[in-house]
Amino acid sequence: MSIAAEATEFYFPHRHLLGIEGLSRDEIVGLLDLSEQAATFSRQVAKKRDDLRGRTLINLFFESSTRTQSSFELAGKRLGADVMNMSVRSSSVQKGETLIDTAVTLNAMRPDLLVVRHHAAGAVELLAQKVGCSVINAGDGSHEHPTQALLDALTIRRHKGRIAGLIVAICGDILHSRVARSNILLLNTLGARVRVVAPSTLIAAGIERLGVEVYSSMWDGLEGADIVMMLRLQRERMSSNLVPSQREYFHFFGLDYDKLARAKPDALIMHPGPMNRGMEIDSSVADDPRSVIREQVEMGVAVRMAVLQALARHLPND
Amino acid sequence: MAMQTENPQREARLTALVNARLIDPASGLDQNGGVLLAHGKIAELGPAVGAGAVGDADLIDCGGHVLAPGLVDMLVFSGEPGHEHRETLATASQAAAAGGVTTIICMPNTEPVIDDVALVDFILRRARDTAVVNVHPMAAMTKDLLSEEMTEIGLLREAGALAFTNGKTSLANAKMMRNVLAYAKDFGALIIHHLEEPALAQDGVMNAGEIATRLGLPGIPLEAEIIMLERDVRLAELTGARYHASQISCRASLDIVRGAKARGLPVTCGVSINHLTLNENDIGPYRTFFKMRPPLRSEEDRRAMVEGVASGDIDVIVSAHDPQDADGKRRPFAEAADGAIGLETMLPAALRLYQDGSVDLATLLAALTATPARLLGLPSGRLAKDAPADLVLVDLDAPFVVNPDLLHSRSKNTPFDQARLQGRVLMTFVAGRPVYNYADRLGE
Repeated sequence: MSIAAEATEFYFPHRHLLGIEGLSRDEIVGLLDLSEQAATFSRQVAKKRDDLRGRTLINLFFESSTRTQSSFELAGKRLGADVMNMSVRSSSVQKGETLIDTAVTLNAMRPDLLVVRHHAAGAVELLAQKVGCSVINAGDGSHEHPTQALLDALTIRRHKGRIAGLIVAICGDILHSRVARSNILLLNTLGARVRVVAPSTLIAAGIERLGVEVYSSMWDGLEGADIVMMLRLQRERMSSNLVPSQREYFHFFGLDYDKLARAKPDALIMHPGPMNRGMEIDSSVADDPRSVIREQVEMGVAVRMAVLQALARHLPND
Repeated sequence: MAMQTENPQREARLTALVNARLIDPASGLDQNGGVLLAHGKIAELGPAVGAGAVGDADLIDCGGHVLAPGLVDMLVFSGEPGHEHRETLATASQAAAAGGVTTIICMPNTEPVIDDVALVDFILRRARDTAVVNVHPMAAMTKDLLSEEMTEIGLLREAGALAFTNGKTSLANAKMMRNVLAYAKDFGALIIHHLEEPALAQDGVMNAGEIATRLGLPGIPLEAEIIMLERDVRLAELTGARYHASQISCRASLDIVRGAKARGLPVTCGVSINHLTLNENDIGPYRTFFKMRPPLRSEEDRRAMVEGVASGDIDVIVSAHDPQDADGKRRPFAEAADGAIGLETMLPAALRLYQDGSVDLATLLAALTATPARLLGLPSGRLAKDAPADLVLVDLDAPFVVNPDLLHSRSKNTPFDQARLQGRVLMTFVAGRPVYNYADRLGE
């Protein structure tokens, strides 16, 4: 089936993609199905489509990112959109312009799709209220990163054939992670059993109310897991006394073969990147045959193509 | 309630407010009657003061509505001096008048900070010249509110500072807090303290818990308040000073205050109207008008605050009126300014607790009038012979929807935007003169 044929069947009833929260199971599955088509398409020699021909996509990144920004850029270009990248350093935000001013200014340039990353939770939603185009959250503070959760789910589904019933252990800096929040919401919606594994200093208050089991031991948390999802640990967590040292963190919370042995033999190893080898993940584990980290990057482009297509259907045509 | 004779310029004339339901929380008075005002004071009151018994006094028929002492608001931020674009003493006083508040106590968080005798004098003069309600300054207890050097508490008190505070921050240094309390005691000065252990609250922008976690926002744990209150109570006990916790927001704090009172300590506390009527769920999708310190807590804690007012363990209700301009609020939640305006909505919002039966009217009004006046040593807050003629006439039943455009405050950051409230201020009198009349607004 072509993407176009699929496209006529799936209707995504939202103007923006601000988070996984608020999406129904069917909407998530619909996006994953569409992403699957995009993934197949992206492996062809001729990868250029014209779904978004004439449309303008602006990547507005207030926080630096190589991976996500280039993933959205590639997704937009494969669909035929004109893509512009704006990063915070070159913008007037540094000169004291408020987020709202920036939004209004950008809106006047009449983009069709706006991909935004910002260091403050809720900033993308605030911006979405002030512009006339579709907005995609590419990460807002510690809140959400919906396309990451979608690409993780797509990767899992391609390997396991399902999400429901799988035991997923999300390990590391849960407190600060938007990836963890979006994944918890999405995986729960699709019926997985989600565990979070971290020292108590990196667990957010009340996280169990989001429907997860909380572990402070990797060995216990990985017991019988189908999926081991590692999170990046920022070095500043050491200076703010949330963990004492890199070597202690790696010893107790870094993914090595000893801890991995507790998971199911065919457990997938995942990481949203960029990895700190030797901090949260042993270098050889990262390159293990069970690691799907590189495939996550590939699925990232597919998911972003699907999201752009789904939202583009709401764009005015005149 | 039209004024039957109108001549506001004649001060020497008497004014009679008749056909009212008189409520004086201090004495327990609740009966129909009237009040005769003369020379800025209450000359007579009671059932005998009726239309036929007041001679040629200007007559105002209260239509059977509640006539109570004007409200005394212990926690008001004004922008004057330094931030007049947010609020001046004049605009704050107009908002107060429209909300039935006849006395406001201004926080020293201005530019410059009110930490010097000349600045106390400045506030008093500006208020005299521009404000329509009574304005008293609170002074900083540390210079520039920097928690480093004690201010001239004795001189400031002589100049007219009614109480001393460290503004929006806690004085974290326990030894210095002990010294301030001990020194203030010699002057009988009241110390009013914000409760927030700074390191524990650091970076936090809302109540810690499930909702903060869902929103990805750093939380302020209850313990930031509890630990500071526990410490302060110990220091109040050690020094014997009069100590008032500016705002409490959770059940554990209420328990600490109850414990302190049970031990006979001169400890009192306040709660903001926001923490009595709103909770953390109201933040919803990052609504910055609900961002404040202390942060809005859980519904369980809100109920505890209501219970504390009903039992009298929470002494005072404040508006915590804190005007912020649109620029400060139209930002991502974590970066937005704290604070909400409240002078004009405090009374109708507080009446929610009366309407739903959780607090009786006299107790509610006491926390808004007589008790804060008593703590601050003011003669107002009472409906009694020779008390200042600071009064509010309120229709307890009239429903309305809050329209921020009609609020008198220069800033519009109200968390009660479009809220349905019941209880309308009809008239407000300060020193016997009408400073607000709802009937005048109907033509606007």
